[in-house]
Amino acid sequence: MKASVIVFPGSNCDRDVRISLEKFGIKTSMVWHADVKLPKSDLVVLPGGFSYGDYLRCGSIASKSRIMKEVIAHSKKGGSVMGICNGFQILVESQLLPGVLIKNINLKFICKNITVKVINNKTNFTSKISRNSVLEIPIAHNEGNYFASKNLIDELEDNNQIILQYCDAAGNITEQSNPNGSIKNIAGIVNKKGNVFGLMPHPERASDELLSGMDGSLIFKSLK
Amino acid sequence: MQKVNQELAIKHGLTADEYNKIIELMGRNPNLVELGIFSAMWNEHCSYKSSRIWLQTLPTKNKYVIQGPGENAGVVDFGDDDVVIFKIESHNHPSYIEPYQGAATGVGGILRDVFTMGARPVANLNSIRFGSPNHKKTKYLLNGVVSGIGGYGNCIGVPTVGGETEFDECYNGNILVNAMNIGVAKKDKVFYSIASGVGNPVVYVGSKTGRDGIHGATMASTEFDEDSESKKPTVQVGDPFTEKLLLEACLELMQKKSIVSIQDMGAAGLTSSSIEMASKGDLGIKINLNLIPCRENNMTPYEIMLSESQERMLIVLKKGKEKESRKIFEKWGLDFAIIGKLTNSKKLELEFNKKNVCSIPIHSLGDNAPKYKRDFITYSYPKIINHDSDIEKLDIKNSLIKILSHHNYSNKSWVWEQYDHMVMTDTIQKPGGDSAVVRYHGKNKGIAATVDCVPRYCKAHPKSGAMQAVCETWRNLISVGAQPIAITNCLNFGNPEKKEIMGQFVDSINGMKEACEALNYPVISGNVSLYNETNGVAIYPTPTIGGVGLLKNINNMMTFNFKNTENIVAVVGETSGHLSQSALIYDIIGDKEGPPPQVNLKEEKKNGLFISDLIKEKLVNAVHDISHGGIIVTLAEMCMASNIGAKIKVSGSNSDKIKYLFAEDQARYLIEISQKNLEIIKKIANSKNIKIDIIGKTQSEIFEVENDFKVSVKELKTKNESWFKNYNKN
Repeated sequence: MKASVIVFPGSNCDRDVRISLEKFGIKTSMVWHADVKLPKSDLVVLPGGFSYGDYLRCGSIASKSRIMKEVIAHSKKGGSVMGICNGFQILVESQLLPGVLIKNINLKFICKNITVKVINNKTNFTSKISRNSVLEIPIAHNEGNYFASKNLIDELEDNNQIILQYCDAAGNITEQSNPNGSIKNIAGIVNKKGNVFGLMPHPERASDELLSGMDGSLIFKSLK
Repeated sequence: MQKVNQELAIKHGLTADEYNKIIELMGRNPNLVELGIFSAMWNEHCSYKSSRIWLQTLPTKNKYVIQGPGENAGVVDFGDDDVVIFKIESHNHPSYIEPYQGAATGVGGILRDVFTMGARPVANLNSIRFGSPNHKKTKYLLNGVVSGIGGYGNCIGVPTVGGETEFDECYNGNILVNAMNIGVAKKDKVFYSIASGVGNPVVYVGSKTGRDGIHGATMASTEFDEDSESKKPTVQVGDPFTEKLLLEACLELMQKKSIVSIQDMGAAGLTSSSIEMASKGDLGIKINLNLIPCRENNMTPYEIMLSESQERMLIVLKKGKEKESRKIFEKWGLDFAIIGKLTNSKKLELEFNKKNVCSIPIHSLGDNAPKYKRDFITYSYPKIINHDSDIEKLDIKNSLIKILSHHNYSNKSWVWEQYDHMVMTDTIQKPGGDSAVVRYHGKNKGIAATVDCVPRYCKAHPKSGAMQAVCETWRNLISVGAQPIAITNCLNFGNPEKKEIMGQFVDSINGMKEACEALNYPVISGNVSLYNETNGVAIYPTPTIGGVGLLKNINNMMTFNFKNTENIVAVVGETSGHLSQSALIYDIIGDKEGPPPQVNLKEEKKNGLFISDLIKEKLVNAVHDISHGGIIVTLAEMCMASNIGAKIKVSGSNSDKIKYLFAEDQARYLIEISQKNLEIIKKIANSKNIKIDIIGKTQSEIFEVENDFKVSVKELKTKNESWFKNYNKN
């Protein structure tokens, strides 16, 4: 298993995610945004951060960067792509994933541990997690409020594209456990083919006993 | 061009005497550019003219200190060729005028101070103080400052791991925003600002120069009045994205052997950075201002030299390294301009449109800058007050809940959840504990850090207050299992031209000095912010202390939450029952008179080292410094952090109980111990003459003072967590 982590100017979780990937046995190379070619990889990771300062709109400038042409081509060939936080925003802006991510409902940046329920474990990103299990993983974002039209939501549900939903510690999907106002408590989705995954929580921040626990490591273990 | 005379000099914040001194040093009248440069260098903010002679008395060395005050930041040895670099700085005046940008650029400035030294920044902390919550501007300022700090730190990707947030009406017209940063580097890769090598190229990197922040440092050196808001154009505008690029580009360049010296353009921008570098190297510097990358058209030499545009650095390169260096900055999309060179003229020489526009002997700006020994008074320890009539019939439970729900003692997660405190995945103790702890990346050791001050103590008796601030940081570091190494200080005071204020400053320095000496805990960097006054009303003296400690083994890190039920709860240290200036008397009863608790430095050291040993020997399960609100509030905090209850017993009359539970005597800790370790702990305590009171036991869910009251921990938590949410609801 080989992964490429794309480094945009302003990415700031690139090192963190590389540490987690390598910890779970995935060979990782860092790829600069201005590079023309993507090294041979099974998985491309778009890390968290503030690519291009999040100017214009989160993820929008990054979606037009040179390396993204390669990432899009990689995904069209069925290669795996995972976007975390700002990476999720880039995937949405690149239209590799449907819907949009708007400002948190309280209009503030939120950094804290939250719990999500794994709705679909039949993907390359969640295969080692039991269905309906609850993971505790931190979030840290200002624009993580997922929004989509009713038709699109129906489609996501019909195709089992909703992977993670914010929930309480017992796994109940409630309004109170929704930190940012996301429609249907959506925290992570895949594309129709199931090879592109975007999520707001940071699994790389929950893959170390000394930090926020090990729940995030289940995602890295599934990737292998 | 405007005519330069005494009147114009006074408009620039200089005095008539200072203007005459300029003429004397120059041997002629200065032109406008030169006057601007003198005013920027000689204002209080840059010259420390009122504080310098006192700052020199502070201890600045112990065996860990590699670089003390005088550089962009201080450096301490962390073993294995690793160093830790840190500093705290104020951004008070700009944050009051424009809270978001003021706070954001405060964070940006301190980050640059640290990475200029070759360090990768790994932690941000801050101390922010606002006026009364009822004051009409407070909510706006609080929200603006918190989002500004977050906006900058979150974007650049350095975690904000700790700090303090407090309200008091003394800050109604002058809020405080003190930002601290900590970075790490290898011992042989630390960079300094001393220039050397005549003919070496002087290079400008980073953002372009605009018209923002002109006279920012001068603005920060005067009092405020009703027109403060009109000073908005003197506030800089931050761009954390560019700073992130600048950080990465500088660290990349630092891996090469190209840099002679490097200095960030902070207060007074290009002026102070070029002068500081040349002055330290006893050299001259020649700059062609037409080569400065400008953001706006037709900028004059005066504007270019005084702009405080952010995210800029000045570098002296080794000759021949220009091409290789330029490549790095171009990769990161940043400006790189060779703007001049070092000379042996010992002058600052500026050229613009082929004309000389400035020629000032460098030493006249720095070494010959005014230094004042201002008049001051000395404060004696206030008379003891008897509070018996206040507390005789006071309900203990009610008082506890009032403190926990009070804006100054309520849970601050509303603030720190707006800061990314986890990025870089090394934050092993998050905000909310005694100190934050960041793992030294890739190593088994950690950096513990805390920021503290109790301004009401400092107002009541400046010397004791400053001593207490130093001791509290020391205690907070001890409580997480760290060895305290050194401090950085941010000295926020009113107008030093008043002898009462200067007296507060002098007494604080003296108190700090005593405490630092006794604890072998020197000052390695810092900043002074004076003129925190509006319409003649000064803030309380607020000497904010940032303490840094070394946690040798991260597996020995201690936390303050209770670990289990049926464990013993004990108080370490002497409780005399000192109530004046306590949370209970000052904030709940509203009596602001009387002395702060006495600081006994011997006791402080003895008790701290005892706790340190207990943690090392793994004899304690939880440790919490006893501070605001006394034993009872400390105990409640330990319960709330763990959802474990406690039952304690206190004897005597209601007044006796109140005194014991709410007193803010110093040098005390609350600890949780297992039954099996009790005897050995008592034995050690006895051999070291340490006072230890067993006050009760942990139990499930219920907080209880025997024969007095019971309350669920859940209820305490609800009270403790509600204030910020309610205040900011609309």
